[in-house]
Amino acid sequence: MEKEIKSKKTKYWNPYIGGVLLGIVLLASNFISGRGLGASGAMKSVVVTSVDAVAPKHVEKAAFYKEYTESHGTHPMKSWLVYEVLGLIVGGFLSGAVAGRLKFKVEHAPRITSRRRLIFALMGGVLFGFGSQMGRGCTSGAALSGMAVMSLGGFITMASIFGTAFIAAYFLRKNWIQ
Amino acid sequence: MGPLIVYDSISQNTNLLLAFFIGIGFGWVLESSGFSSSRKLAGVFYGYDTVVLKVFFTAAITAMIGLLLLSLFGWMDLGVMYINPTFLPSAIIGGAIMGLGFIMGGFCPGTSFCAASIGKLDAMVFMIGLFIGIFVFAEGYPVWEGIYKANFMGTPKISQSLGMSDGLLGLLVIIVAAIMFWIGEWAEKKFPQAEY
Repeated sequence: MEKEIKSKKTKYWNPYIGGVLLGIVLLASNFISGRGLGASGAMKSVVVTSVDAVAPKHVEKAAFYKEYTESHGTHPMKSWLVYEVLGLIVGGFLSGAVAGRLKFKVEHAPRITSRRRLIFALMGGVLFGFGSQMGRGCTSGAALSGMAVMSLGGFITMASIFGTAFIAAYFLRKNWIQ
Repeated sequence: MGPLIVYDSISQNTNLLLAFFIGIGFGWVLESSGFSSSRKLAGVFYGYDTVVLKVFFTAAITAMIGLLLLSLFGWMDLGVMYINPTFLPSAIIGGAIMGLGFIMGGFCPGTSFCAASIGKLDAMVFMIGLFIGIFVFAEGYPVWEGIYKANFMGTPKISQSLGMSDGLLGLLVIIVAAIMFWIGEWAEKKFPQAEY
């Protein structure tokens, strides 16, 4: 009985149906707003807003923030990506609530500790954050949305992300498989 | 005609409101497909779970074909759409750094927000990492600004670069994706993992 409930809890959609639905969301985004989906850009808005709150003079002077302000114009939090990511968090929460997956936990493979998982999550986040700025977008904004509009840069970024992860996966196998 | 924002059918504020609803759809599909689990996401790199491959490429193909059809029917002006610019060195280097971050952290930014929304603590820590990584890039910007802006190639489409029509490229992507799906299905049987 307990096993039955557990398998019910981890039940996910068929990936091809999920993919078609995600494609339709991406298509709607392009049709309505003339742009694709994104994620890292919202975190960039949070970084710019935070630095501006702590050191406004610095934001006026330093090159990165100056370029950001020039290209955006409005308040960094009043951006399309910030609203979209707020929706993403609500949508994820609703889906998790409906499926009974809401739970505070550290998910990790049996061979490693929670502590190791969290350390690697932090390091991975730092690298992904940095790389998303260098690559002008992450898996959503550069790779997925770029591919949908057939951007050459989007294809190259996508190939580079998955290619590198594939090679590095061998050295990090202890973190994921038995 | 689309995009609605360009042809003034909707206001800026409506656009932001709709962004929120688009986000709900985005988050809902990601979570329901299993993208809130780092072990499912990382599975694609070991073959035991290729959900990332299947969802990602099915989505890309669906949107790509959808855009071509909307344009064909005259319902969408592809000429005013945002196309990601191409800077060769930064696309490759940025992608490589992200790839390393992906396999170490088990998430990408979008999936980490999604996983954090259902309570995954590792995803919340990943998000702190994202903040730090972007902050480091911003503060050290003068150091890597040269690489970041090197070799600007404009906003070429891959179909143009290869000298073929958009439709033919779309067909090729579908064929390549179908082959990868087949390999993915094979890999899941070949490299099974215990329940996670």
